[in-house]
Amino acid sequence: MRLFFHELKGEQLLYWRSREAAFFTFIFPLLLYVLVSAFYTGDIYGQPAGRVLLAGLLGYGAATTSFAGIAIFLVIRRENGVLKRLRATPLPPAMYIAALLGSTLLVFAIEAAAMIGLARVTYHVGVPDRLGSLALSLLLGAAAFAALGIAMAAAIRSAEGASAVVNLVVLPMAFLSGSFGPTRHFPHVLRAIADVLPLTYLVRLVRSAIVFDQPIWHEPGAIGVVAGWGLVGLVLAVWAFRWEPSESG
Amino acid sequence: MTSAVSIEALTKSYGKLEAVRGISFEIGSGEVFGLLGPNGAGKTTTVEILEGYRKRDGGTVRVLGEDPERAGTEWRQRIGVVLQSSAVYTTLTVREMLALFAGYYRKPRPVDEVIELVGLMEKRNTRIKSLSGGQARRLDLGLALVGDPELIFLDEPTTGFDPGARRAAWATIRALRSLGKTILLTTHYLEEAEQLSDRVAVLREGRIVAHGRPADLMGRSRGAEIRYLRDGEEVVVKTDEPTRTLHELTAQALDAGVELEGLEVRRPTLEDVYLSLTEQDDETVLS
Repeated sequence: MRLFFHELKGEQLLYWRSREAAFFTFIFPLLLYVLVSAFYTGDIYGQPAGRVLLAGLLGYGAATTSFAGIAIFLVIRRENGVLKRLRATPLPPAMYIAALLGSTLLVFAIEAAAMIGLARVTYHVGVPDRLGSLALSLLLGAAAFAALGIAMAAAIRSAEGASAVVNLVVLPMAFLSGSFGPTRHFPHVLRAIADVLPLTYLVRLVRSAIVFDQPIWHEPGAIGVVAGWGLVGLVLAVWAFRWEPSESG
Repeated sequence: MTSAVSIEALTKSYGKLEAVRGISFEIGSGEVFGLLGPNGAGKTTTVEILEGYRKRDGGTVRVLGEDPERAGTEWRQRIGVVLQSSAVYTTLTVREMLALFAGYYRKPRPVDEVIELVGLMEKRNTRIKSLSGGQARRLDLGLALVGDPELIFLDEPTTGFDPGARRAAWATIRALRSLGKTILLTTHYLEEAEQLSDRVAVLREGRIVAHGRPADLMGRSRGAEIRYLRDGEEVVVKTDEPTRTLHELTAQALDAGVELEGLEVRRPTLEDVYLSLTEQDDETVLS
């Protein structure tokens, strides 16, 4: 346990020191919330826009902090040799991954709290009643995206391209899944794609807790899809994980 | 002498490339062992098998009494590693990075002591990204030492150093030796192997082509070279009996009343031995 907290502390230091990561995965979702909420005033499909968008941006936050953040960190560390170097230390690999996940969840928890606070101050969105279900939904989403992020890291070969590749996945997914606003007017094809994306279902779960005040088990299908994606991510992550830098040239 | 490392008939191929073709050696506890050879000779492959990074194809390997392929975190408490290229978190300071790694070990050396030992005292609160290449390499050495290991692997630890930094690194490695650490050093600098190692093995194309104390390796090669200038042209005489040959040469010169300009008698250096051993087309040396 001492080792876990030591590494968690190290991961926290590394996270907040990396200004790019801290900006894109922590500040950016908060900034986007303010932006989209200023754009959509009033109602979205009969529900207060501030609430609907809070649910959307919390989902986006989980995807960007957990999926993008972990994928980018792992690629950079693998390519500059730190992961390989860590393998020669007594830090157990599972402990390392656990601390990285723990650190990411901690960052996301702070971000979610900040966003809920921001929604309250700027758009008078009350603190959700279903806090337990909200927390569980976000934890499930963040865990699933973390597994997918570890899997994604294996597919990226260079540290330079990591940020671009990951955002190429996250941003369109966020648009299609309704994180940034209503999608019912989107073309049929795009909505069909959205129907298989994990973020669509995470946003649905979060919306159920925040907008409709429903407990988490009210949406078993959505839980299943998010968890299913998480499992696929986990299997791919275990199968494809690499400690050593990609061969150059 | 107990051995810290023993390798017997080790082989490793990458596809069709046979990187290591049956090498054997032992490193005694407290010994500094130099693994010398040109790029591609199999040095890094060998070291990475010993560090537990690669699976061998054949042979037996024991490092601190264990098979590195199966060794766990307890074994890793006892080894220190400097990889061929620097591996650090660039956003941390020197001190933060060392403190992070120190926390992985049960009995780490005090971080400030390590900083002192690798000569980074003035840079201890500097972000790693603003260190020079040589300073980052010294930090790598510090990271290998911070767990206070018994056995230290140094894969080309001074490549890219200027002569001053190299000498400073040598002093550090000598200090480690005097603390009783076992060190496996790979290098393609002969002077480095000669200065630091108790014994060296020269690798070429995955095989050991020479093995022994640096002085013995030099003694292995025959004779000496006598050089002088005749009519402005350099003459090189190779001989197994330098005393006699020199005597004859000088006697002739005295009789003829000429001065042997630029007269020089040279014993072969380790470099000459090494070059003849690693020369690709010099098959005679192999036998």
